[in-house]
Amino acid sequence: MAIDKFHKIISSAVPLPIENVDTDQIIPARFLKAVERKGFGDNLFRDWRYGKDGTPNPEFVLNNPKYSGKILVAGKNFGSGSSREHAAWSVYDYGFRVVVSSFFADIFKGNVLNNGLLPVQVSEDFLTGMFESIEKNPVASFEVDLENQTIRNVSLSTEFKFDINPYKKECLLKGYDDIDYLLSMKTKIEAFELNEK
Amino acid sequence: MEPTTLFDKIWDAHVVSKIEGGPSVLYIDRHFIHEVTSPVAFSGLEGRGLKVFRPENTVATPDHNVPTLNQHLPIREELSRKQVETLTANCERHHIPMYGLSHKWHGIVHIIGPELGITQPGMTIVCGDSHTSTHGAFGSIAFGIGTSEVEMVFASQCILQPKPKKMRINVEGKLAKNVTSKDIALYVISKISTSGGTGHFVEFAGSAIRSLSMEARMTLCNMSIECGARGGMIAPDETTFAYLKGRQEAPKGADWELKLAEWKKLKTDDHAVFDTEYTFDAADITPMITYGTNPGMGVGVEGSIPTGDNLTGSDKATFLKSLEYMGFQPGEKLKGKKIDYVFIGSCTNGRIEDFRLFAEYIKGKQKASWVTAWIVPGSKKVEQQIREEGLVEIMESAGFALRQPGCSACLAMNDDKIPEGKYAVSTSNRNFEGRQGPGARTMLASPLMAAAAAVSGVISDPRE
Repeated sequence: MAIDKFHKIISSAVPLPIENVDTDQIIPARFLKAVERKGFGDNLFRDWRYGKDGTPNPEFVLNNPKYSGKILVAGKNFGSGSSREHAAWSVYDYGFRVVVSSFFADIFKGNVLNNGLLPVQVSEDFLTGMFESIEKNPVASFEVDLENQTIRNVSLSTEFKFDINPYKKECLLKGYDDIDYLLSMKTKIEAFELNEK
Repeated sequence: MEPTTLFDKIWDAHVVSKIEGGPSVLYIDRHFIHEVTSPVAFSGLEGRGLKVFRPENTVATPDHNVPTLNQHLPIREELSRKQVETLTANCERHHIPMYGLSHKWHGIVHIIGPELGITQPGMTIVCGDSHTSTHGAFGSIAFGIGTSEVEMVFASQCILQPKPKKMRINVEGKLAKNVTSKDIALYVISKISTSGGTGHFVEFAGSAIRSLSMEARMTLCNMSIECGARGGMIAPDETTFAYLKGRQEAPKGADWELKLAEWKKLKTDDHAVFDTEYTFDAADITPMITYGTNPGMGVGVEGSIPTGDNLTGSDKATFLKSLEYMGFQPGEKLKGKKIDYVFIGSCTNGRIEDFRLFAEYIKGKQKASWVTAWIVPGSKKVEQQIREEGLVEIMESAGFALRQPGCSACLAMNDDKIPEGKYAVSTSNRNFEGRQGPGARTMLASPLMAAAAAVSGVISDPRE
């Protein structure tokens, strides 16, 4: 399955200024029981987003009509804990295409990249600037350009150049996935196995 | 030749090729799978018209969803039953060896791999589960992966991975009595934080580590993911070899001798350089307990919750939110706090030594009347050992009942859920909000701390 191509996104952003958001918060374990990949967006941040009786919690940002957009902006160390790719699926399925934080957990970062979702790691200062811009104007606009590896805070006219592995960048720009590549390596892999035995 | 680390030696020996400026194609020796993170990978693979490339290097067991009572009956909850049935059908279709619920060696994936001798030094091991780091205790590179990566390994027995940085954590000296490797893990994470190891693979070294049993080493490597590291490892030594010898899947005869000679070479060279290095004194470590909602929020049992006075901005807000969830105040003492539940088990502390420690402490005592205790072995073999060693009688006369193997209340995917607002002292690995059930308040600790809490009904110091 190829992933969606990613080039440039100009969008408002949804702020989640909480640190160490673990994958159990992104999607609690009791929602991992599906055998198919669909509908995970409904349970994104389930226990923060809904009350015990299933009614939306008006305090939570995803239930606040002021905020919308394809960019999720979160506090540092986003995505720690469990390796569940369901976390990446739920963020994507909800409609986000970019996650911004000042620090990402390793497995989560790998998982989102494998699903056409771009993790943008920015400095603490740039992140604070984003939160402040959104607080002043909930529809404040941000421009994410993968080709140039930049994220621009339009209201403050500031820009941050982010890092991404060149191979992963190419995959996202072209919509390739790793399995296509690995399958093309079959002969080499078989030779490696022979050499090992 | 330039001195290299244990990690480098194993990693470099498994690189099939390297993409310029990108990740390496890393060959995987063993792929463990379970019912939760594999079904979408199987359907992805089949959607491409592919079969599992090396089923003989794959091992399956259902563990996350399974009930811990009446395992001979069909699983009552429909979705859980469907996941387990899907795993069984997928493994049959792809000829993958499976240790199902009715198998005599069934258990948690990170318990059965080592106890069957499937996990061996020098291997690369992956599983769609972050606690795959457990297997690093044998001197292997073992790490958790996502479902897309599970599909990669199914398709090619390889994974595309950037090489992580290297960290060494030395623990020197002698551990005090009643201080366990779980305490080392919680102590180290409280010092370097839950993101201190991110981007790194950790080697644990030093005299305190060398003195640990294999099972204690597994507990420590299991928890390495909780400091954000990709995994943790310990160089194999006589303790490792003695543990492995004679196990079902371990090499035998002349093959054993050949492997042993190879395994003995697996160590970090003198003067090898690590990107990051920490050294801790074993004497500073006391029985640990967590008070917050991530594994880095831990203190010694005699200590107090930090005041948070030195924190500002989102750090402070996150700290206070965590304490509010737990129902604690900044600066409070933990000792003497009333608890409601105790959970002994999981891939972190569900091995025979953990139950021996627990049984030894509670022997001749009684469970506090208000405490509900779930005692869950990590595997059928562990369950059998508990019975053979007479630990069940000790537990029963103290008011405890033994359940059947599975991940259980560690992540509460089955019926073992801690009710909202209740305090649980758990030997598992994560105290995240809702981890053990919506609204559950988890305090991570060693089996000994859990035993002391179960008997007294409050947070207690097992050294007293």
